[in-house]
Amino acid sequence: MRHVALYQQPLTTTLADHPYIEDFLSSFGLPVAASNNSLEHYLDQLNPDLLEDLGLSREQLQRSLDDFLNGMLALRKPLDKVESLTIIGGHNKSGEAEEVELTLQPGEVTCIVGPTGSGKSRLLADIEWVAQGDTPTGRKILINDQVPDSQWRFSTEHKLVAQLSQNMNFVMDLTAEEFIQMHAESRLVTNPQEKVAQILEQANMLAGEQFCPDTPVTALSGGQSRALMIADMAFLSKSPIALIDEIENAGIDRKKALNLLIREEKIVLMATHDPILALMGDRRLVIKNGGIAKVIKANEAERRNLQRLEEMDNQLLALRNRIRSGETLEQL
Amino acid sequence: MRFLTVSGPPSSGKTSVILRVIEALQARMHKIGVVKFDCLLTDDDTLYAKKGVLVKKGLSGALCPDHYFVSNIEACVTWGKENGCEYLISESAGLCNRCSPHINDITAICVIDNLSGVNTPRKIGPMLKSADIVVITKGDIVSQAEREVFASRVKQVNPGAVIMNINGITGQGAFELTSLFETASDIDTLKGKTLRFSMPAALCSYCLGETRIGDEYQTGNVRKMDMEDNK
Repeated sequence: MRHVALYQQPLTTTLADHPYIEDFLSSFGLPVAASNNSLEHYLDQLNPDLLEDLGLSREQLQRSLDDFLNGMLALRKPLDKVESLTIIGGHNKSGEAEEVELTLQPGEVTCIVGPTGSGKSRLLADIEWVAQGDTPTGRKILINDQVPDSQWRFSTEHKLVAQLSQNMNFVMDLTAEEFIQMHAESRLVTNPQEKVAQILEQANMLAGEQFCPDTPVTALSGGQSRALMIADMAFLSKSPIALIDEIENAGIDRKKALNLLIREEKIVLMATHDPILALMGDRRLVIKNGGIAKVIKANEAERRNLQRLEEMDNQLLALRNRIRSGETLEQL
Repeated sequence: MRFLTVSGPPSSGKTSVILRVIEALQARMHKIGVVKFDCLLTDDDTLYAKKGVLVKKGLSGALCPDHYFVSNIEACVTWGKENGCEYLISESAGLCNRCSPHINDITAICVIDNLSGVNTPRKIGPMLKSADIVVITKGDIVSQAEREVFASRVKQVNPGAVIMNINGITGQGAFELTSLFETASDIDTLKGKTLRFSMPAALCSYCLGETRIGDEYQTGNVRKMDMEDNK
């Protein structure tokens, strides 16, 4: 689709309405300034030798710009809300039918349990790929009770799934504030400052120890990093599904972290063997030999035990703090 | 025979990604060949051979690696065809960021990693900007936010490409990438095909082995930096 008006009106208007065009051109090493000339005129007068040096051709640049504009304009359109995600069973590694049909809704937490190699990752990958019987498990995934548009598979703007796993680290050399700012800009949110402040505040509420906006992200502790990643995922990621691979029990309030994602209406899937996290979920999928072998619904007795587990956990936490402050544990 | 070119900066994970795809293709009983291009040395051919695929190794040595690639690729395709391969994959590193092995009408894949930094996509030329599929690796060790920023930067310089995150270690995403391999164009020969973009040129005394530094030793296609504007 060509956006004719956009190419023919004066650059002053085009750049004011679509500031990202300037960013696009500068990422190809091409400076552009507002003027009365049109974007088309600007592209036509580019020196072919300069383009050759940049490894570009006029046609390719034009094609990329068209694709880019289509993507940007799509990003402005609100996305169909994901009201439900349905997993229709396929078969396990031995070819036995997986007799499951399961519907997950926003605000629900589903835990995935099973030994390493049992097929947890494959289940998460089936969801991410919106499998239609075309993966090794033969599973089908429906969104809002329908076979979803294939845009979910390849779109970078509208990714279905945001992921958080144990080995993840920040690698950018930026402060926490700059970092979130950069993420907000890449998502084209309308009120970046407000979002950044909100995320930093929430992350600090989750983290055991406070950090400042100007702390470099690489200097955050494990718990602070997790807290910032979860707050960012809750408020900035457009993906309606959050996949979490274990939240370690250090320096982060895991209950608050999950509640934040629930409040932001994410469908949460969490691979965990931690009894507290597992009992916080609405249900547990037991994965065996590549298939969902069982679905356990959280029941009253388990909920009651959750309280006890939390007490035990708090006792351990208190001991941990005593160690941190240099005390001895001769008396528990 | 379906032929695909895979390229990407050094150490971005090209070999790992191809190995994971090979596993998925082998599960579908396909016969596969790989041509590995490198400069000085590579042991990757043994990794491929271990998977039971047909391997050809090409070392460019003292020649420009991408010029070496384009002078040999037609013969490689013939070799793959004669050996009955159903898939032939060429792997080459883009060393100067300006060259690219991608060929018109042949599915072109660029592998780039999340650790290379958010400014890297804009520094890579046609190898990334004209690829059909961009594979982003090492997503398991950086945050979701960094993955999103990196993918949006890739999208900015190649908005038409299919962008996929693949984990070269666990293979997450490789199955999905393989389904795109199955749609690559089926060819018998590269005769008559053209590169997507011309390769950077040099034809100067240093191409012919000159080592001495100084204006008097420079002949041929030489370009000078502008030293005046900063005064």
